[in-house]
Amino acid sequence: MRIVAEHLSYTYNAGTPFAAKALDDVSLTIEEGEFFGVIGQTGSGKSTFVQHLNGLLRTPSSLKRGKKKDGTVLTVGGFDLTDRKTDFRALRRQVGMVFQYPENQLFAETVFSDVAFGYKNFAEKKPEAGEVERAVRDAISVVGLDYERVKDMSPFELSGGQKRRAAIAGVIVTKPEILVLDEPAAGLDPLGKREVMALLHKLKESWCKTVVIVSHDMDEVAENCTRVAVFSEGKVQYVLPPAELFRRTEELLRLGLDIPLTAKLVRALGQRGVTVDCDFTAEDLVRKLLALGGDQC
Amino acid sequence: MLKDVSFGQYYPVRSFVHSLDPRLKILFLIGYIVAIFLAQELLALGICAAVLLFAILLARIPLGKVLRAVKGVLFLVLFTAAVNIFFHGGDKVYWDGPALLWEWKIFRVTQAGIMLSVFLVLRLFLLVIGSSLLTYTTTPVSLTDGIESLLTPLKWVRFPVHELALIMSIALRFIPILMDETERIMNAQKARGASLDSGGPAKRVKAIVPVLIPLLLSAFRRADELGDAMDARCYSGGKNRTKYKKLRFSWRDLLAFALLAALIAGIVVMYIFPVFPL
Repeated sequence: MRIVAEHLSYTYNAGTPFAAKALDDVSLTIEEGEFFGVIGQTGSGKSTFVQHLNGLLRTPSSLKRGKKKDGTVLTVGGFDLTDRKTDFRALRRQVGMVFQYPENQLFAETVFSDVAFGYKNFAEKKPEAGEVERAVRDAISVVGLDYERVKDMSPFELSGGQKRRAAIAGVIVTKPEILVLDEPAAGLDPLGKREVMALLHKLKESWCKTVVIVSHDMDEVAENCTRVAVFSEGKVQYVLPPAELFRRTEELLRLGLDIPLTAKLVRALGQRGVTVDCDFTAEDLVRKLLALGGDQC
Repeated sequence: MLKDVSFGQYYPVRSFVHSLDPRLKILFLIGYIVAIFLAQELLALGICAAVLLFAILLARIPLGKVLRAVKGVLFLVLFTAAVNIFFHGGDKVYWDGPALLWEWKIFRVTQAGIMLSVFLVLRLFLLVIGSSLLTYTTTPVSLTDGIESLLTPLKWVRFPVHELALIMSIALRFIPILMDETERIMNAQKARGASLDSGGPAKRVKAIVPVLIPLLLSAFRRADELGDAMDARCYSGGKNRTKYKKLRFSWRDLLAFALLAALIAGIVVMYIFPVFPL
């Protein structure tokens, strides 16, 4: 499923003194099979944008009867999100959304019933017990938890990293085509971060065709994403692969954004007269540096 | 959404009313409520309404916004009014015509009943609008400051005034945070297919559990964290604490006070010597 947004704008609390424009004429296309990154400062509109993707936030024309469409385009696969008659439930089944600190949404008595929550909600008719069990078992296993051990545990007995995995399992249990994650690695230690990213790659290979992550962490984005959209003050500034994006070091710094460690290193070397051309993943940088040899340094 | 709830929310504009001392505004509201209940005739109530309208205009708050505050109590007020119209009875005459206007079985519509209902509705509306004007024009923080300052005399009888004010300001401070949190959790559960705004009452109550439990947990977690943070800063209550914002009366407050005094004096005079007695 392809995501297309054109001229998308959104204002919180429209028509009150608290009105705040969060999205301003955003146009963006995310192809099927991408590992797409969305970056920007706090309040740049990145979370507002991704909340549109499964209809948690809506365009005015999809909310009010008879409201004229205003040139805004927002489609996810075959779903037209500017249309009031769109089946938003079916959409949400296809677009899984993992919020920031998803462990805060756990509520059930056992990990099993928490993960089963989404599956039962989206089922067309009441699913058979065997079906539910199979789906939950698959979801819990794919996120790297031991199904037999955790299924009857309370989600609150799990460790921090395990809780996050369980919460992600609760979203992917319906096998959504698109998985959207808001800061999936926030608050984890470096190892935990790497594990979550590895999990996302694994999911993309097997369960979800497209992955969209919102992130503050530039290293994460440089290492993992196929393309990156940079949001600033509600507008999209760039949509580029990381290898090209992080060449624009000065522009990113001017937007108040950080750059990955690899880009910092390349920049520092450049200031000392050593040019390195890499795609800003750590592995590639090391390879290029080794290829340079010792004589130039 | 939840953010649209306009229940007594602070309305941020600069105005004469906004800049008044919160203590005076609280006293003004109390005095105003007394005046509303002392008003025994339509003229007196009309004066109260005029004063309120004047205050709203001074506060530069859109009338529609203020009137929305009434929406919450509208049903209650109309219901009470209806009961009074149909059951009050009485045979006083206020305008030309029979005292008893309409009768059917136990229902009796009389002139006195209508008058009483009109009075009741006006009084309750003025009460609600007046109170919401206070919260529209005063930030929660200065409101608690004002209450703390007004309750100071109770310290003499060892009443924990400062602690009470602290509890109030923490509670007020956390309302928007918990609202945000609720919205976030609701969104997260909606994304997992929870239908929070459809279905019958029983289904809706059941649907609230996945929102309520995470919300409670996070409220407890926040309370713990806040307690630790206060402890870490050696917070120990009201003694010898200084204030960042000191409350001071100014000429504006004197003006407002004069208006209140005039209003109450006028209403009291009308209470003793009615112009058009009911």
